[in-house]
Amino acid sequence: MSRQTSRLDAKKVNSELLTLTYGALVSQMLKEIENTDDVNKQLERIGYNMGVRLIEDFLARTSSSRCLEMRETADKIQHAFRLYLNMQPTVTSWSSSGDEFSLVWDQCPLSEWVEMPSNGLKYCALIPGAIRGALQMVQLDVQCWFVQDQLKGDAITELRVKYIKRLEDAVPAGED
Amino acid sequence: MVIYGVYIVSKSGGLIYNYDHNIPRVETEKTFGFPLDIKLQYENKKVVVVFGQRDGINVGHVLLSVNGCPVSGRTTEDGRDVFDVIEAKENYPLSLKFGRPRATTNEKIVLASMFYPLFALASQLSPVPKCSGIESLVADTFKLSCFQTLTGVKFIVVTDTNMQGSEVVLKRIYELYSDYALKNPFYSLEMPIRCELFDTSLHTLLELVEKSGTANL
Repeated sequence: MSRQTSRLDAKKVNSELLTLTYGALVSQMLKEIENTDDVNKQLERIGYNMGVRLIEDFLARTSSSRCLEMRETADKIQHAFRLYLNMQPTVTSWSSSGDEFSLVWDQCPLSEWVEMPSNGLKYCALIPGAIRGALQMVQLDVQCWFVQDQLKGDAITELRVKYIKRLEDAVPAGED
Repeated sequence: MVIYGVYIVSKSGGLIYNYDHNIPRVETEKTFGFPLDIKLQYENKKVVVVFGQRDGINVGHVLLSVNGCPVSGRTTEDGRDVFDVIEAKENYPLSLKFGRPRATTNEKIVLASMFYPLFALASQLSPVPKCSGIESLVADTFKLSCFQTLTGVKFIVVTDTNMQGSEVVLKRIYELYSDYALKNPFYSLEMPIRCELFDTSLHTLLELVEKSGTANL
């Protein structure tokens, strides 16, 4: 996504290309790895590794400041979804302590055209992984999991994000 | 506007990228008669001028060659000790070349890791909390500008003192880093950046800045 040509408008690519590539990745993994749980884990790990790198792109592109509060973080995550997947999930179901929220969407480019086999696969496990990796790089430790999944017959897809702790010893100098 | 160099320091304080963009080469060659009127000394594996500055040969310059024969350490390429050569009268007239020493990669790594605690110290010395650390450091001959990302990577440019808008340049370098280094699947985090695409786009950026300033970045 080089910004050499047009800096404000990042290069647009047809989302179907992404959908199909991701589908190919997942089905290949299912073929090669027997255990569905291992596939879920691998997908989560791939997502994590992507998030760790993607965060720099997000920061460089949006010049965001550090979040010191979960609501801000939720906003930024929502923004990132718009930027990278061109979708706008709704932020809902805040816990009373304000450290846990849900992202809800009813259409995601990754899972378009997918009919799931019933084997416990978490098809979109990449997304929670990416969120976890990205937030870890800005010194936020979170937990991220699917509560509802359209692919499993639920009405909507709901991703829960829970704050665990701030990684104090990783905070760069001048920020603590 | 002159940009002397660009450095990137990783989260853990290691130098992961350095590039000398435009450092003027200072070299003077001169023929001397006996006895040599410049005092030389061997320090840090270099033969250094310690006293007797003249004709563009300054204190702190190092001996680069003797009669056109390059010097490494304290010996010339043909294996003679530099001090034996300059003390023997029969070798004169002698043509010596002096120049400003260039930092080696190792020295740069040391300097980068020295900047790291300095930066942390600055933010702790601050009388007010939430200090950003060193953003710019100005000397009579250069200005160092530093930008630390939220993830802890530091981008540093060394420019001449009247450089304007170095923040914008740093920001652009950050974008290049996130594009060409981090999106390269064969680049592993925290490791030195050896990506050709990153190099070329950085060079293009620096040339653009030197030619037309930072206004249209």
